[in-house]
Amino acid sequence: MSTTTFDDTPRIEPTARPSYLTEENTVASWLFTRDHKRIALLFFASITFFFFVGGGAAALIRMNLATPEGLLQPSLYNRMFTMHGIIMVWFFLIPSIPTTFGNFFVPLMIGARDLAFPRVNLLSWYVFNLSGLVVLYALIMGAADTGWTFYTPLSTVYANGYVFAAAMAVFINGFSSIMTALNFIVTIHRLRAPGMTWMRLPLFVWAIYAVSVVMLTATPVLAMDTFLLAVERFIGIGLFDPRHGGDPLLWQHMFWFYSHPAVYIMILPAMGVVSEIIPCYARRPIFGYAGMTIALMAIAILSFFVWAHHMFVAGISIYAGVAFSLLTFFVAVPSAIKVFNWTVSLHKGRITFDAPMLYALGFVLLFTLGGVTGLMLATLAVDVSVHGTYFVIAHFHYIMVGATVSAFFGALHYWWPKMTGRLYPEMWARFAAILTYVGFNLTFFPQFVLGYLGMPRRSYTYPAEWQIWNVLSSAGASILAVAYLLPLLYLGWSIFRERKADANPWAATGLEWTTPSPPPTHNFERTPRVSRGPYNYDPENDRFITQEGTPHAR
Amino acid sequence: MPVDVRRVPEVQYATLEQQGDTAQLGIWAFLVNETIFFGALIFTYYLYRMTYPREFAAAAKDAVLWCGSLNFFILLTSSLTIVLAINAAAQDERPNRMVRWLLVTLILGVAFLGVKGYEYYLDFQDKVVPIVDFEVKPGEGSAGELFWIFYWVATGLHAIHLTVGIGLVLYMLLWPIRRGEIGPAYYAPLEVVGIYWSFVDTVWIFLFPAIYLVGRS
Repeated sequence: MSTTTFDDTPRIEPTARPSYLTEENTVASWLFTRDHKRIALLFFASITFFFFVGGGAAALIRMNLATPEGLLQPSLYNRMFTMHGIIMVWFFLIPSIPTTFGNFFVPLMIGARDLAFPRVNLLSWYVFNLSGLVVLYALIMGAADTGWTFYTPLSTVYANGYVFAAAMAVFINGFSSIMTALNFIVTIHRLRAPGMTWMRLPLFVWAIYAVSVVMLTATPVLAMDTFLLAVERFIGIGLFDPRHGGDPLLWQHMFWFYSHPAVYIMILPAMGVVSEIIPCYARRPIFGYAGMTIALMAIAILSFFVWAHHMFVAGISIYAGVAFSLLTFFVAVPSAIKVFNWTVSLHKGRITFDAPMLYALGFVLLFTLGGVTGLMLATLAVDVSVHGTYFVIAHFHYIMVGATVSAFFGALHYWWPKMTGRLYPEMWARFAAILTYVGFNLTFFPQFVLGYLGMPRRSYTYPAEWQIWNVLSSAGASILAVAYLLPLLYLGWSIFRERKADANPWAATGLEWTTPSPPPTHNFERTPRVSRGPYNYDPENDRFITQEGTPHAR
Repeated sequence: MPVDVRRVPEVQYATLEQQGDTAQLGIWAFLVNETIFFGALIFTYYLYRMTYPREFAAAAKDAVLWCGSLNFFILLTSSLTIVLAINAAAQDERPNRMVRWLLVTLILGVAFLGVKGYEYYLDFQDKVVPIVDFEVKPGEGSAGELFWIFYWVATGLHAIHLTVGIGLVLYMLLWPIRRGEIGPAYYAPLEVVGIYWSFVDTVWIFLFPAIYLVGRS
């Protein structure tokens, strides 16, 4: 797409001000920066590193499961899936979209010059890396073997890995989450540009707001829970210790009180990303904007009332089971509203299948599959039968990997020109997007079948007749690995070689596109004045109106 | 050196007033988080207390009531003095009255930690330190040790929070106040510290009855 503008609306001229990337070039100017855009890139580097560490563990898991006898020692296998879970959940998925794209684009989208507390933002990155060092220490010394859920008394008494270090890593990591979330909440409340009312916020900002509320209120429970676990592991006696009358199930309750909302921490920002991409590439206003905001907040709130559906077979009462099953079905309603609205937003649009759109459509499809299988798991009787099997693994990977990671890559391509000032090679990107979709389904759909057949999760071996499904899954995983490595190559190449991007290469309406690409430090020359909601696209012709109310045409 | 450093807002704010408002919202949001953090612990405590009422009551009898009560009095008073300091900051151009009240607050905070430390010493003497030196007293069974784990975790975390509070007040005295940045025109940072201090106080309002009073009659 090339951008031309009407004569009556001036082009955004490249200003004399240097961009945030070139303003200063010393190492110290990066390590002590307060610019939200630079901190976003710092986070991007950290989480990319952990994505590939966690991905390495996944590669070992899939290699092991390619044959029934396995390749790894059983104890090493236990450690690999544990570290895969811990690193992917806390060191990639939870921080992924908020700390990178949230950090970069929330101030730009609401017309602010920075987040409310830039120093806290930087501190959050340092705390994140500190927790990362602790988890790497745990990993290198021999890792933990409890599963990412640290169930007691396995984790407190019987496990012989580095559980203390792993739990402390999670504990410290929580502070980083909390600082980032607090910053977003306060920024969105207080630093919106004039005219940027709540109902004119881009849905990505709404999603980041919803996720921040969940992070701020759920993380402290996990913090206390892991703190008590670490104490018990360290001194040998504690509040979850059945030998002293403690209740091991209490750990599970408190853990899932955080970790179920954490699932929504991982998916809500992805929903926000997709709500930005779909209108832009369908050239249509999003369908049911108000419904989308209500659905986001409804998911955020309901997420706190469903945790015990992870414990249907842990011995909770049948009445609690029925209540939590019902509440879990409720969450499906706002989720379904969102899927419906994304789909209707495509209707009579002028769709271009560029890479971000391919990722976004992949998100909608995989999220729907993951969500529907979630409903199956919410049904008490079905859950009793497939709990602890690969069915559950497949279900949550459809949400966490299929949906969230696709949205992450979609966001990366969509906003790449704004972040770097360069376009990306479109054909390679489309190829990677399609490859992701194919590789993902090949990896995880067989796992639904395996789970239905009864293959237990966390097992390093299985009966030989299930090998075909496991081989399919492992083959898919290698395709997926290529699909995830490709962007690293061509996006890296694009920084040096690809064409320069102008301010608004996708002809999008948000405030972030009214700044030069890449934006200068402190973003805006003058504070923007917002006069309308986001997504003023017109499917009938090339015109669109930015949030400042100026008409443009592609 | 610009004389009026305190009157320039940071780059992301339009006015000092907006900056102050934002700082306040920030600390309240942080306290939501802190409330849930301590709430989870206190919830755990009452859950066990309801499961083992007699054992916990027997174990709790060994908590040193006079230390807890004295500290309750000290900490409540310190919340008053820090509010008086903020009041002084809002009213006086000269910092004398504010500094005086902040010093009183500091002394009270340190006094709390002193009493707490002495109480810990008494607890050691009484052999109620799990793992290190623990003696099961009559009537408390094995669940009594759960009470003492809660005791050490809760009072320890509270003491850490109070130490942070003392550090914040010290920082205010040594940096912004000494440079003349806090006055009637802008005193939001001091207010933020005050809100945090009062929160630490509030935590003790919940811990004090939970540890020292329930089931003692």
